[in-house]
Amino acid sequence: MMRPVVNKSPMPGFGLGMGITLTLLSLVVLLPIAALLVKGAGLGLAGLWAVASGERVVASLALSFRLSLIAALFNLVFGVLLAWVLSRYRFPGRRLLDAAVDLPFALPTAVAGIALTALYAPNGVFGSLAKTFGARIAYTEWGILIALIFVGLPFVTRTVQPVVEEIEREVEEASATLGASRLYTLRRVIMPMLAPAALTGFALALARSVGEYGSVIFIAGNIPMKTEIAPLLIVIRLEEFDYNGAAAIGIAMLTISFTLLLAINAVQVWTRRRIGYV
Amino acid sequence: MSDVSFTRSEVRPAYRKAADETPLVKAVLVLLVVAVLAVLLFAPLLAVFAEALADGLGASLAALSQPEARSAIWLTLAVTGVAVPMNAIFGIAAAWTITKFDFRGKALLLTLIDLPFSVSPVVAGLCLVLLLGANSSLGGWLVASGVPVIFALPGIILATMFVTFPFVARELVPVMIEQGKAEEEAALTLGAGGWRVFRTVTLPNIRWALLYGVLLCNARAMGEFGAVAVVSGKIRGETATMPITIEMMYNEYLSVAAFSMAALLALLALVTLVLKSLLEWRYADQLSASARH
Repeated sequence: MMRPVVNKSPMPGFGLGMGITLTLLSLVVLLPIAALLVKGAGLGLAGLWAVASGERVVASLALSFRLSLIAALFNLVFGVLLAWVLSRYRFPGRRLLDAAVDLPFALPTAVAGIALTALYAPNGVFGSLAKTFGARIAYTEWGILIALIFVGLPFVTRTVQPVVEEIEREVEEASATLGASRLYTLRRVIMPMLAPAALTGFALALARSVGEYGSVIFIAGNIPMKTEIAPLLIVIRLEEFDYNGAAAIGIAMLTISFTLLLAINAVQVWTRRRIGYV
Repeated sequence: MSDVSFTRSEVRPAYRKAADETPLVKAVLVLLVVAVLAVLLFAPLLAVFAEALADGLGASLAALSQPEARSAIWLTLAVTGVAVPMNAIFGIAAAWTITKFDFRGKALLLTLIDLPFSVSPVVAGLCLVLLLGANSSLGGWLVASGVPVIFALPGIILATMFVTFPFVARELVPVMIEQGKAEEEAALTLGAGGWRVFRTVTLPNIRWALLYGVLLCNARAMGEFGAVAVVSGKIRGETATMPITIEMMYNEYLSVAAFSMAALLALLALVTLVLKSLLEWRYADQLSASARH
């Protein structure tokens, strides 16, 4: 027998709640996204490809996704370490540090952008330090990478932290009693338990970095073909009233993002199947 | 083998050592984490205030009282004043529908609510321009009827709502799932009407989670840049929100003015973090699991 669309319930407010939910969801999110897809459909696959395979577009997409992947990988490793330190160790200032991890969520991206630029520009505190070693950070890929690491910092920590707190010490003790070294226990017992949550955080950080605009454009220098990220190219196309070009880049970004997220999701399912739910 | 374990128990290492890192490893890891966070998080925060106060407090307050700055502050307050309550209403409605009823397509609905998290803010702005911009059919009609949306206040509100859309719902759904619906059902059995059940049973149960979601939603709404940059048109004194004004001032080399306004937003971020930590600390049991740590 088919499941009914809505199970009967004495609880009131289904119509009103669903009404508000679907109306706002459609008006604010779904209709605008549909407008983008309709525009893309109007261009056709050939038209989309013609724009998206342009030299400057490919360069910006490659830059955005390559640097976002590196930043998310850094945040994956550092985020797990941070989650571990914050929930396992007791040291003065731990609460402050714990609260500060969310700063990138709370600090507006434009503020982060100009602050990072002030620090890493050749006359800034860190920038001048780098200059003595003959290196440049702001207005190069390194600057973009730092901005992307900044915005993606909290995700892995925040998804992994609750899991670390749930781990029962007995499991680690059992492993130690059976002769495993601490490193072996971390690698074979702890890491598999943290992996699914860490991957979720990785995916969130990646999605956030790929689309990031505010914190990057100030520090990037925005040189076409070199330090021009894909979201900036969309803005440039819009300012030129090239709506087709902007839409094609937007669709390319969405397509690559969702493919990556699906792939990460598949890895997650695979790890869960291998180690079971924890 | 038994010999080895015998000697071990005689040496009697400190209890729990087996499932713990050595003090040296701990110290190194703590120092490493503190150092990285100092460079990545605390340094930029300090830089904002240092640059804002470069010419003294007077100069930065004077910059904030310029008409351009004041209109940006009012615009940002107006935008969040509409966008955040709207998203709170959406969040409550969505969480009520999802957690109190059983219907087909629930997983799809949850995915769609989360969608804005995986869409770039710039792409969100682009979507709105394509739907409502002057050269689309709908947008053309809106402009002709005298209610332009893009490059005007409604567009900025819509863009802000788009990027902050999931915040409240995401916080409420897990909390309300955990709380179940037994209390509401009891109230219904005792003869309370729908609104009364919501006001006297549900709302008190979810108030801290709601506040938590609204807090995060508000912080993001006041600081949103990418999506607003696309739809605002950046008209001075009219459609330039605080973050947009920061960009314009920064590009004009008005460093103190730009950083003063940035410092104002950074203060807001700090207040948000303090309130958030207080909520997590005081009402941990009434927030969703992701909010407790």
